[in-house]
Amino acid sequence: MKTADMSAEKRHHGVSSMRAANLETASDFLTIFIAGQIFGIPVLQVQDVLGAQRVTRIPLATPEVAGSLNLRGRIVTAIDVRCRLGLPRRETSQREMSVVVELEGELYSLIIDEVGDVMSLDSENFEGTPATLDPVWRNVSAGIYRLEKQLLVVLDVPKLLDKVHL
Amino acid sequence: MDDLIAEFLTETNESLGELDTDMVNLEKNPNDKDLLSKIFRLMHTIKGTCGFLGLPRLETVAHKAEDVLGLFRDGVLEVTPEYVTLIFESLDRIKYLIGELEANGTEPEGNDDELKTKLQTVYEKGDGDNASPEELEAAFTAAPSAPPAATNGAAREERMESPVAAAPEPGHAPVAKNPAAAEETTARESAVASQSLRVSVDVIENLMTMVSELVLTRNQLLQILRTANDSEFSSPLQRLNHVVSDLQEGVMKTRMQPVGNAWAKLPRIVRDISIELGKKIELEMRGQETELDRQVLEMIKDPLTHMVRNSADHGIELPADRAAAGKPETGRIKLNSYHEGGHIIIEITDDGKGLPVEKIKKKILTNGLATKEELEAMTPQQIQQFIFKPGFSTAEKVTSVSGRGVGMDVVRTNIEKIGGSIEMKSVEGKGTRFLIKIPLTLAIVSALIVEASNERFAIPQLAVRELVMISMQSENKIETIKGTPVFRLRNRLLPLVSLSHLMKLKAKSEDGTLLGDDLDRKYIVVTELGNYTFGIIVDRVFDTEEIVVKPVARILKDIDIFSGNTILGDGTVIMILDPGGIAKETGEVDSTDTTEVSEDMAAHHKLARSEKTSLLLFGAGGGAPKAVPLELVSRLEEIKTKDIEMADNSMVIQYRGGLMPLLPFNDRINVMERVQKPVLVFSDERRSMGLVVDSIIDIVEERIDIQVAAKGGLMGSAIIHGKATDVIDVGHYLQQVSKNWFKNHGDDAFSKGGKTTDGRKRVLLVEDSPFFRNMLMPLLAVAGYEVTARSNAIEALELCEAGEEFDVIVSDIEMPEMDGFEFAEKIKADTQWQNTPLVALSSHATPQDMDRGKEAGFSRYIAKFDRETLLTTLSQAISEQHKRKEAS
Repeated sequence: MKTADMSAEKRHHGVSSMRAANLETASDFLTIFIAGQIFGIPVLQVQDVLGAQRVTRIPLATPEVAGSLNLRGRIVTAIDVRCRLGLPRRETSQREMSVVVELEGELYSLIIDEVGDVMSLDSENFEGTPATLDPVWRNVSAGIYRLEKQLLVVLDVPKLLDKVHL
Repeated sequence: MDDLIAEFLTETNESLGELDTDMVNLEKNPNDKDLLSKIFRLMHTIKGTCGFLGLPRLETVAHKAEDVLGLFRDGVLEVTPEYVTLIFESLDRIKYLIGELEANGTEPEGNDDELKTKLQTVYEKGDGDNASPEELEAAFTAAPSAPPAATNGAAREERMESPVAAAPEPGHAPVAKNPAAAEETTARESAVASQSLRVSVDVIENLMTMVSELVLTRNQLLQILRTANDSEFSSPLQRLNHVVSDLQEGVMKTRMQPVGNAWAKLPRIVRDISIELGKKIELEMRGQETELDRQVLEMIKDPLTHMVRNSADHGIELPADRAAAGKPETGRIKLNSYHEGGHIIIEITDDGKGLPVEKIKKKILTNGLATKEELEAMTPQQIQQFIFKPGFSTAEKVTSVSGRGVGMDVVRTNIEKIGGSIEMKSVEGKGTRFLIKIPLTLAIVSALIVEASNERFAIPQLAVRELVMISMQSENKIETIKGTPVFRLRNRLLPLVSLSHLMKLKAKSEDGTLLGDDLDRKYIVVTELGNYTFGIIVDRVFDTEEIVVKPVARILKDIDIFSGNTILGDGTVIMILDPGGIAKETGEVDSTDTTEVSEDMAAHHKLARSEKTSLLLFGAGGGAPKAVPLELVSRLEEIKTKDIEMADNSMVIQYRGGLMPLLPFNDRINVMERVQKPVLVFSDERRSMGLVVDSIIDIVEERIDIQVAAKGGLMGSAIIHGKATDVIDVGHYLQQVSKNWFKNHGDDAFSKGGKTTDGRKRVLLVEDSPFFRNMLMPLLAVAGYEVTARSNAIEALELCEAGEEFDVIVSDIEMPEMDGFEFAEKIKADTQWQNTPLVALSSHATPQDMDRGKEAGFSRYIAKFDRETLLTTLSQAISEQHKRKEAS
């Protein structure tokens, strides 16, 4: 318990210094999949990857808030990223996973479809978000990486969790 | 920032706080040598440390102030308000410099020459034996903040005398004595100092967080243990359990601080206000040592300061006004704090002018907070409660001391934020009293776990008053008014909210009403918030658990209903409900005044009811229909006559797990004639009895106007629904069944006792039990009195305020909210009822009680069930009063 907290602490420091740096030079991303689309989260922002979890529903909260759960003694707010991105609900049979991130001292669990590999991406292939992208997506995207076969959207975690847009 | 400087800042801030208080004390007791040396020492330490750290501005100011203080100490200079103000000015400057130092790490630009000159002048003049008052005065008039010249003159005269008077003492003995005394105190204090450590708040907060986690883990372990019986872990876990509890308590203790810490600034504030406004105010503080959580302390610091400032600024009048009002010139503000059942109570009382109702009214109208019509229907108390409304400030002009836009609404919000409540009582011309109730701690609270629509929630135990189980089958059932659920809780209607619906976990039916299954087999959590009580309908209630309140994530902050969340013993996350938020959500925006209004409504309602009585009409033994006040009847039952058994020559029936005696209404009733017979069940808290009758006719609302008094179980006859109807005397039957129910009495005596008085005498009956109220009302009406009944003392006092007059007041002793003793004291203290005879009615009639009653102002004290004595006493009391009036 204690060691877990300690490492979380260290990682947290890593994240904040990371956030200060320009995203273009950051090269390691955890890839995640939502409704077939590949996304990337800067790997240093990721605290944990979880399987399906039992969450406590929070009545009256916005629909994006799936509930809250207990992660080793800390309360984590679960966010349904599909809902946040305006995508249809996941079918019940479909498996779900979560990526835990920290923002301003609070933990959030982003519920997504699947977690892929960690990818090292070259800034040569980075581009800004196209202006024509769906406004909700444009808001939470920190840019696009051109992969060989597909395009990876970099998720801007603070924007994704921005209360105003939730 | 340099560690040394950081430490210096902490230390100096503390010293400055002490200095403020000490200087005010010094002003009151200028001859307190110990105090003087202490102040001198504190200032000296500040000066010394500044010199060491190389802070020239601080050093010189402290140095000059120390010089002047030195003169006080040596008795060369008299301690006068002017000099104290000058020292305060220096303290303020030091505080300012310290603040800058804290913010920027360096002393700010600028100089303190003006202040230094003033201090220097005082010092030089005081130091030399040939102090010239003129020069001194010149120094003061040059100073912008100098007090008016008149006071100066007085000070000068005093000063001229002082060297002579004080000379022998400071000249010899103190010089030798003071340093010794100072050393002694220093030695003592440093011994104490080595027993305590300075720990940063962060460390303690961190510790607290970890203990909270530990408590949660312990809870989880205990939960596991509960399911796995007889585990080898059980005994070490029990030990762990105890150790964790002790640890939790220990860490909580480190967070506790005396409430006096929040009051430290107050003497200075009150002093400044009294000087600025020319008032005389005495601040009395009691219970400073009462400890509470520092988090709570931080939250109440500002509200308290604000309220005391208000009392001093608006509450206490100018000395001349006070004298004119017949009060002592010096106003008093009293602060008192003490523990009371898991809460800390802080009282702020002043004997000032109270809250001016007319002014408040005007303000309410200008601010559009209520209409004129609404105001007219309100009592002065209700109007005064408006000061808690947002945007309300009674000060006509913004003075430098108060009226800075922070109103009492902010005070209330702050206090309610930490789960506290505030009450206010104010009598115009007499003063104001605030009562603040706050929880001891916020970090770990005990909570009741409930379930609604399969989701669990925690309700802080502090707010929960009781639990009621309900089902449609029993008499504990929820009733609805246009789909709005309400519950009769001991004769008060309790507004209800369904947690499932509130949380939108369950849809309401189309027309918005509650469905049948929403109301069956549920629990009502009776919740108390200040003086607003409401019920929360939940599906299930689990046990209580110690929970660690954790703040909710930022994105959930907007939901008022939750005050936090926590992890339960079984590891699940649970939301903590905020009773205040729920009350708000259900439309109860303002708990203070709406309650008053609803009580008012209840009073009106009762008034209407007291004029008309619901009567149950029944037929028994032929003849005229019979009537009995419906409220006396607990239930109507149909009994099977074959179930009737005989015990000790009387009829009894098994009823609700006990034996209930049955009584035929009269001899003409043939109990066995039919298979089933209607029975009227009368019961008080312990006993029941059944009255067997022939038929139930109807329930009507009528005024009982008994025209023919009769005896033998009848109160008399009245015209009800155009028919002559016999009103029965329930007491007669109750007494036949159980001699204990009432004391034995002669049946015929009462009617004579009352009728001898000429005209209808007015009786005010204050009795909380509806049973006895309904019992006594017809009884007194029969005896020829005009009866007005009230169910509590507060309502009765409202009648007094409304200018109602009575010939005699009969009051119960044991009543909720205000008991009979307090009621009597209030009446006797200062009302138009001062001379109205008061009769106490009580089921306790021990000699001590009687003495207490006499003391409180009751002229008679009689046992509750003694009707005869009651009636004779009433007529006696009235005739005595009559004689007294004639005599005077």
